[in-house]
Amino acid sequence: MAQATSSPPDLVDEEAPARRSYSSDAAGLGRLRAGIFVAPALLLVAAFLVFPALWVLYLGLTNYRLTGIAAAEPQFVGPANFIDAVSNPAFWNSTWLTVQFVLGSAVIGQVGLGFTIAWLLRDRQGPLKRLVEGLVILAWILPSAVVSFLWVALLDRDGGTLNALLGLPGSAWLLDHPMLSIIVFNTWRGTAFSMMLYGAALGNVPPSHLESARLAGASGWQQLRDVVFPHIRGHILTNLLLISLWTFNDFTPFLITAGGPDGRSEILAAHVYKVALQSGELGYGAAVSTVILLINLVVAVFYLRLLRSRK
Amino acid sequence: MTARFVAGRIGFYTLIAVLLAFFTIPLLWLASAPFTSDPTYEVAVPDFTWENFQAVVEHPYALPSLYNSLVLSAGTAVLVVAMAALAAYALSRVRLPGRDALLYALLLLSSIITGTAAMVPLFQLAVELNLIDSHFGLILILTGGLLPAAIFMLKDFMDSTPKSYEESARVFGASPLQIVRHVVVPLVRPGLATIGVWAVANVWGNFLMPYLLLSDVEKQPAAVITYTLYTEGGQANLRMLSTFGLLYSVPVVLMYLFVSKKYGFRFHGGIKR
Repeated sequence: MAQATSSPPDLVDEEAPARRSYSSDAAGLGRLRAGIFVAPALLLVAAFLVFPALWVLYLGLTNYRLTGIAAAEPQFVGPANFIDAVSNPAFWNSTWLTVQFVLGSAVIGQVGLGFTIAWLLRDRQGPLKRLVEGLVILAWILPSAVVSFLWVALLDRDGGTLNALLGLPGSAWLLDHPMLSIIVFNTWRGTAFSMMLYGAALGNVPPSHLESARLAGASGWQQLRDVVFPHIRGHILTNLLLISLWTFNDFTPFLITAGGPDGRSEILAAHVYKVALQSGELGYGAAVSTVILLINLVVAVFYLRLLRSRK
Repeated sequence: MTARFVAGRIGFYTLIAVLLAFFTIPLLWLASAPFTSDPTYEVAVPDFTWENFQAVVEHPYALPSLYNSLVLSAGTAVLVVAMAALAAYALSRVRLPGRDALLYALLLLSSIITGTAAMVPLFQLAVELNLIDSHFGLILILTGGLLPAAIFMLKDFMDSTPKSYEESARVFGASPLQIVRHVVVPLVRPGLATIGVWAVANVWGNFLMPYLLLSDVEKQPAAVITYTLYTEGGQANLRMLSTFGLLYSVPVVLMYLFVSKKYGFRFHGGIKR
């Protein structure tokens, strides 16, 4: 059984030796009761998650539209939507921007900053730690409608706080650097999750290991590389997987830049919203959603592979 | 007190100061504008007027929308925590066939299907099931979207809690359900609280789903009402926006403070695989 100190076990459970008739789990739950415990959650998920997902896959193969004839009687068009998508430069532009967005704000921004904060505050207690953690978590729990507007105010050309601080009146951040703006915004917005996770993970690193590394004369960086990272590798990868997926499908940047100017910050989530709701091409939107799902699948499999591979 | 130690301290506090500034500065406007009589985008020392709050109170839909948000997020959080706890416990302690594959598949689906992609089918589904304009229907739909990630996080939490308590309770003849109620729930309470806060924060800020499924303005939550303030007459109504934004933010902050004081708000043990 995995103790808190052991490295994360493989994803593949070795099948336990032949079971006795009586349930061998800790609470004597048994498979039947376990099934009953899982059932309500699975039912809801099946109705409101799996079923709509399958429906999206189907809609992607039709010419369904929000209004007009195709809304009443959608025709089956097969892969036409997908062909439209891959021949549409706007789609590739969105995909490339999304890659930048995920790498910049999730993989580099949130993981880097979250780990840095967790590492800086790892053996501190008291008001300073509570203040820093509280503020980071505050950025995470405030409603997106509010924080997106706060950033619009912060980056405003004339009265924005950023320009006032930098002494650069008239810099239009949202027009000149839309991607940079939403990447920094999303780093600010989402660091809390990584920070809390790494804070918990660092608590699992046995102090004795760090102590012996220190006595052996390892520098701070060597301690990180040789003692801490091997211990929390599983946490890092799981965290990366979760926030990559969340960032990939995050709609909030749309509230700040609306995908503009001229699509220069139109990440895929915004692209789907635009084609599906604003232009009413539901079939095409569903096809793009399917492509997003496939990309997410590839990302997830990639992470799981990394997680499984033993050094 | 070597020079290197002093340099290290200075570096540490500089870094902390930069971090504090980065996380505080965007929030300043929310603290100053609601109390300023004619706010702009500039952060200025407020002249402490209550007029803006007066205007929010008089707005016909502003305060009711906060109540709607409360109903939606509390209902969703209760359902998510209860169902995810049961499912996560069973998945953590009993080796059901295909467990890990199922979890990862659902997690993948939930990450994509809660966004813009699912709008069309969910809308059609809600129409078919007669769930349009019903808070209860929206709560069910939101719960379905949040459950996979909640189960995933809680299962990790449960994996890292020791089993010995359950085993000893079993030796004393407690039934499985008694064990869950009296042994497991107290053990994982911080995890349940964290998931609860996460669910509330998620629903509290959710705009797309209520916007899609509630056509009656009296049933709409604060997120949707905030957007109507954006676009009144083409110009963002800064007085209303800042003040309503503050009122809309306070409940989640209070909830977080309450939960973190009472249970601690962190991931014990963290996420394993």
